[in-house]
Amino acid sequence: MAFYFVQFLTGLASAASLFLVASGLSIIFGVTRIVNFAHGAFYMLGAYVAFSLTERLSGPLGFWGGIVVAALAVAVIGVLVEIVLLRRIYHAPELFQLLGTFGLTLMVEDLVVLIWGPDDLVGRRAPGFKGAVDFFGQNIPSYDLFLIAMGPIVLGVLWLLFQRTRWGILVRAATQDRDMVAALGVNQKWLFTSVFAVGVFLAALGGALQIPRDAVHHAMDLRIIVEVFVVVVIGGLGSILGAFVAAVLVSELNAFGILIFPTISLILVFLVMAVVLVVRPWGLFGRKEAPARRTPGLTVIPWRPLSSVERLASLVALAFAAMLPFIAGNYALTVGAEIAIFVIFAASLHFLMAVGGLASFGHAAYFGLGAYGVAFLAKLAGLPMIACLLLGPLLGAAGAAVFGAFAVQLSGVYFAMLTLAFAQIVWSIAFQWVAVTGGDNGILGLWPEKWAASPSHFYWLALGVSAVVVSVLRLVTFSPFGYALRGMRDSPLRSESIGINGKRIQWTAFIIAGTTAGIGGALFAYLKGSVFPDNMGISLSVDALVMVLLGGVETVPGAIFGAIVYKALNIWLVSQTDWSKLVLGIFIVLIVVVFPKGIVGVVESVMHRRRAVAPKAAALAAKMEGAQ
Amino acid sequence: MSLGVSLLLVEGLTKSYGGIHAVRNVSFMLQAGEILALIGPNGAGKSTCFDMLNGQNVPDSGRITVMGQETTGRKPREVWRLGVGRTFQITATYPTMTVRENIQVALVSHHRRLFDFWSPMIGIERGEADRLLDLVGMAGYAERPCGELAYGDLKRLELAIALANQPKLLLMDEPTAGMAPRERVELMRLTAKIAREQSIGVLFTEHDMDVVFEHADRILVLNRGSLIAQGSPAEVRANREVQAIYLGEGLLYDARHREGASA
Repeated sequence: MAFYFVQFLTGLASAASLFLVASGLSIIFGVTRIVNFAHGAFYMLGAYVAFSLTERLSGPLGFWGGIVVAALAVAVIGVLVEIVLLRRIYHAPELFQLLGTFGLTLMVEDLVVLIWGPDDLVGRRAPGFKGAVDFFGQNIPSYDLFLIAMGPIVLGVLWLLFQRTRWGILVRAATQDRDMVAALGVNQKWLFTSVFAVGVFLAALGGALQIPRDAVHHAMDLRIIVEVFVVVVIGGLGSILGAFVAAVLVSELNAFGILIFPTISLILVFLVMAVVLVVRPWGLFGRKEAPARRTPGLTVIPWRPLSSVERLASLVALAFAAMLPFIAGNYALTVGAEIAIFVIFAASLHFLMAVGGLASFGHAAYFGLGAYGVAFLAKLAGLPMIACLLLGPLLGAAGAAVFGAFAVQLSGVYFAMLTLAFAQIVWSIAFQWVAVTGGDNGILGLWPEKWAASPSHFYWLALGVSAVVVSVLRLVTFSPFGYALRGMRDSPLRSESIGINGKRIQWTAFIIAGTTAGIGGALFAYLKGSVFPDNMGISLSVDALVMVLLGGVETVPGAIFGAIVYKALNIWLVSQTDWSKLVLGIFIVLIVVVFPKGIVGVVESVMHRRRAVAPKAAALAAKMEGAQ
Repeated sequence: MSLGVSLLLVEGLTKSYGGIHAVRNVSFMLQAGEILALIGPNGAGKSTCFDMLNGQNVPDSGRITVMGQETTGRKPREVWRLGVGRTFQITATYPTMTVRENIQVALVSHHRRLFDFWSPMIGIERGEADRLLDLVGMAGYAERPCGELAYGDLKRLELAIALANQPKLLLMDEPTAGMAPRERVELMRLTAKIAREQSIGVLFTEHDMDVVFEHADRILVLNRGSLIAQGSPAEVRANREVQAIYLGEGLLYDARHREGASA
């Protein structure tokens, strides 16, 4: 009994930091409508800065002062970020905001390693809370008791701040109706900046308070942000009380989940999240959001099928690509096969995101499931390669069918957060369930059979499959189903009122996208000869998002060009620099701020402008520029 | 003119939001080919009433019957399948598709081909889509991106979309809101003409009294959630209560005059 009680207290102590970060995210979202992906990065920065300060300053005052100063310093960084970056993207579609702040996260990850080094740092114990309290023979660290008290105290302070101060009233007003607050003469700019500063302060404080408990390391940002997303999805985005209740719930589930399913403890959190979403899609304390801004919609150039000239040009391009084995060496062919595989992956996400308007932040899950599907079939069932390639992607399809059923109940940022959380759950199952997946060691020795073993043969295989997948997806895009899917993106209200069961359409699209991603993953397993949990990691999901965005999210062939350019750049970049995340982060932020239409989008709008009659084109261009 | 079953039968429709009765015990019926206007001042409950009729809102009590089938609490898409077309107060169309494609999607849905993954949309129901466009006078607009249409054209497009499932009943929530005066008159004349030709029943809400009195066969007047009058335009025009609502009861005006007289 005492053991369970101590376990319960440990859960409560973990909830404190989670609540601080989640409440910060919620406050920022409430006012600015931005889901700040970089919140985990600020949490991590808080921990690192606090580590440095508490190492240098001595005594209790040095420690506690160091923690507070660290949080304040990070808040100042947050203000700079808000002024320099976020102010430029407040009116951009959500997808761009999520990606922009994710780019920031990538930059911070590398900067942290650059400044503090790659090793885990173990911080000082908190003065005054070094011992442990004995509870019927079980030890409870006294610092945990301090953290348990911190949670409700911060909740109370925030409550006072929002109920009793003028600033708090303005924030609450802006949460309900931004435009009205602006109309009443409140300076929105500084309100947003101050809200962002408070949110970042809370995140950094959460990170700083963790240092006596946990080592500081450069991957703690993604770990916390996934948990925070789960918390806000359960508690309801924008609700501080919801963040508190859900943080306690999630932490307790983690604390006791370990006892029930030691290897796959996250399953319990997933089940609870699924139940909450079914019963209350906007979280326990959340309110239904107004319809989200459309992800695409910057332009009004309607999509059209390829003309016969364009079709011919595509075939010629494909024929040229097929000639690569006659002129290039083995390394280039391996790179070529990898690019072809990523074209499949990007095209599958593009179908969901550009045609369906559903920006998945966890699409790698289905890529990885396809890869693991192949590995299981080849290693456990000993099936031949062809059978593995055909059946392996079905694991991706199955995953997409299960998760998609929940995910399509939501839209916009909730959809993004939920797909990310699902992907992370799949990742941690692959990582933790060592008996089946081999854990971090992966599954090795998956080599193609003789007929596909040589680099040129495998390249042709990848290219051929890629061409088929891209053509099929394109066909579906211009079929009645594709239009129904696009209709749900453009206007759910109209779709419902002409008899379209939108959720069923979106769910089907999710399964199509998951299956095609699985096809990519299946080929990838044979290309690498192995499968690892990272094949379904967040960074791979984001790679796919960037490919689609770089190519042009509002175009039909954008994903192909985006995948080719991005993957080639990426492979080159990794060979050139150790700080690829930093460069990639800067690259993402630049795309979001200055190049939101992508390569194909720019080309298309230039061509469209030329084709159209002069006066009409000018009006259209003005409209498009206005929209940006 | 009725053949026993009315097109739309509403009995005792009631909806309240936290103690405020938005719609109170509203009952009426609509026959095929009849044009019925639902009017009332802002906040009278017109939109709530409308949303319940097409399934976007669930009534607290009451029954809605469309062509003999009860639709209370059914989803909008199910109501649509019974042959009910609708247009919105603020237009809802697909801005990234062409005008023709907007109608094609509705036609494809009507013919239950939404899960056709292979046929190119470009050739599907093209003739029928063009016929509908021609009907609302938009034949020349077929290839235009819907996102660049003027608002009046969007309203006409919505009418064409609403006609795609060969409806027996049209529900039009403020069909002319946001349009220029001349466009208003034209759109309602067009609607009335199509409705009479195809014997479609039309229920519409409207603020423009010229539009209402020119086309409505019958008028329902809502005030504070209750139906206070119904009848022919002439009857409604003569109704004291309706006059009081639209012109004011004159209490303040009279009082000031009386004060003025005594002073």
